[in-house]
Amino acid sequence: MSAVTDVLRRTALYDQHVALGARLVPFGGFEMPVQYAGIIKEHDAVRQRAGLFDLSHMAQFVLTGEGVAEWADSLTTNAVGSMKPYQARYNLFCNERGGTHDDVLFYRLENRWLLVCNASNAAKMWKHLNDRNDRSDVRLASRHGQAALIAVQGPRAVEIVAPLCDISSSNAADLKYYYCADGFVDGVRALIARTGYTGEDGFELFIDGSDAAALWQKLLEAGSPFGIEPAGLGARDMLRLEAGMPLYGFELSEEISPPAGGQGWAVKMNKPSFVGKEALAAQLAADDYPRIAGFVLEGRVPARTGYPVLSGGERIGEVRSASIAPSCGNRNVGTVLVPKAATAVGTPLEIEIRGTRQAAQVASLPFYKRDR
Amino acid sequence: MAQPEGLLFSKEHEWLKVDGDVGTVGITDYAQSSLGDIVYVELPRVGHRIEQFGSIGVVESVKAVSDLFTPISGEVLEVNHALETDPALLNRDAFGEGWLYKVRLKDPNEKSGLMGPAAYDALIAEAAH
Repeated sequence: MSAVTDVLRRTALYDQHVALGARLVPFGGFEMPVQYAGIIKEHDAVRQRAGLFDLSHMAQFVLTGEGVAEWADSLTTNAVGSMKPYQARYNLFCNERGGTHDDVLFYRLENRWLLVCNASNAAKMWKHLNDRNDRSDVRLASRHGQAALIAVQGPRAVEIVAPLCDISSSNAADLKYYYCADGFVDGVRALIARTGYTGEDGFELFIDGSDAAALWQKLLEAGSPFGIEPAGLGARDMLRLEAGMPLYGFELSEEISPPAGGQGWAVKMNKPSFVGKEALAAQLAADDYPRIAGFVLEGRVPARTGYPVLSGGERIGEVRSASIAPSCGNRNVGTVLVPKAATAVGTPLEIEIRGTRQAAQVASLPFYKRDR
Repeated sequence: MAQPEGLLFSKEHEWLKVDGDVGTVGITDYAQSSLGDIVYVELPRVGHRIEQFGSIGVVESVKAVSDLFTPISGEVLEVNHALETDPALLNRDAFGEGWLYKVRLKDPNEKSGLMGPAAYDALIAEAAH
């Protein structure tokens, strides 16, 4: 069974995106909205009010069986078995060299687990999971493409979403960050999760694709008095970079390990064994691997992924992500992959942009943190 | 989308307004809309001589770097310094406050290589398909 085909697919919300005038681009095998009204306007809506995102391109795998926790712990760097019911936890899968195969979220539910993988890694991860499943007490099912995922993110998200939610045990507004609940949103069966990828409070609503269009419309209506706006992948990338969150393919890759990508906090070396543990142990002991650091450019010329990074006239690394940061006075910020010696905050760097060297310095991540 | 009268247009989506032997150059509203939020503009230096259809600078949006081409040859007389601190002027008023530079025309006959509003409208209508 293949989770991804070569044909560009559409999410259940494709017609909504077209009607809203979205600019659609191929991403992770799907035609996805990169922007509606404009990336900066959408960014500002999420920081100040609320944004509505279609994330149905992300891979949703459902894991069932008694053995899931133990099996998943043998494949991932962070702890799975210690998760409480209805807790969500960030995690990473490594290759044998310690490089990152994918970064994911696990949701522990009643009698099942939901694993959300990057769209760009969907096929690779489906194969990875199946190739390594020799257990009779672990069953895998892909909901990729059938299930939808709608996120509402921003300071007004709770006011918009919570009144629409029906959860037997509690109120959605009382859900803790990185917890979730089974329930209904405007009558639609949903997994309601207090998670996100923007640095703001908010919800991610896992629903069936057939319910997506009606719920999307409902959220736009209910959010309208609060100033909700549809937000595309361009704003999402800007928001996650400001919030210091990694994006697979940029801060993490088959060559960039979780510690190198700044995700060492999610590597539990006290777990008995997991794929990549030996390689990571050697890497951590030597402590000489290039790693991700934040930077701020002094001038107005923007940097781009792949631009060379210099120190003392020598090339020492490259830019991995870069963007203007509206939450930081429109400064040009980003991440670089550089040797450890160049990662101290304040270290002067130069970034080569079309043949000229622009002054920058290492800055601490995240660039933006919301008031709680 | 009707284009302003009195302007000439290049295939690369620049506009030219000629007043005597001085031309004012910008990018079209279609170009700014396609680029999205513009965050940086690199313009030629005053005094620099530029050649028609040559690459003379860059315009950067949030997502991409694009080359700027000049629709006409000549000597750069003035650049729009307001764009240095407020590049979003290009998004707000591409045909007005967002002008890029002024140039003393080298050869007025070069105008024959450019389009009028109707022909440019047809070009972008075709690009939309």
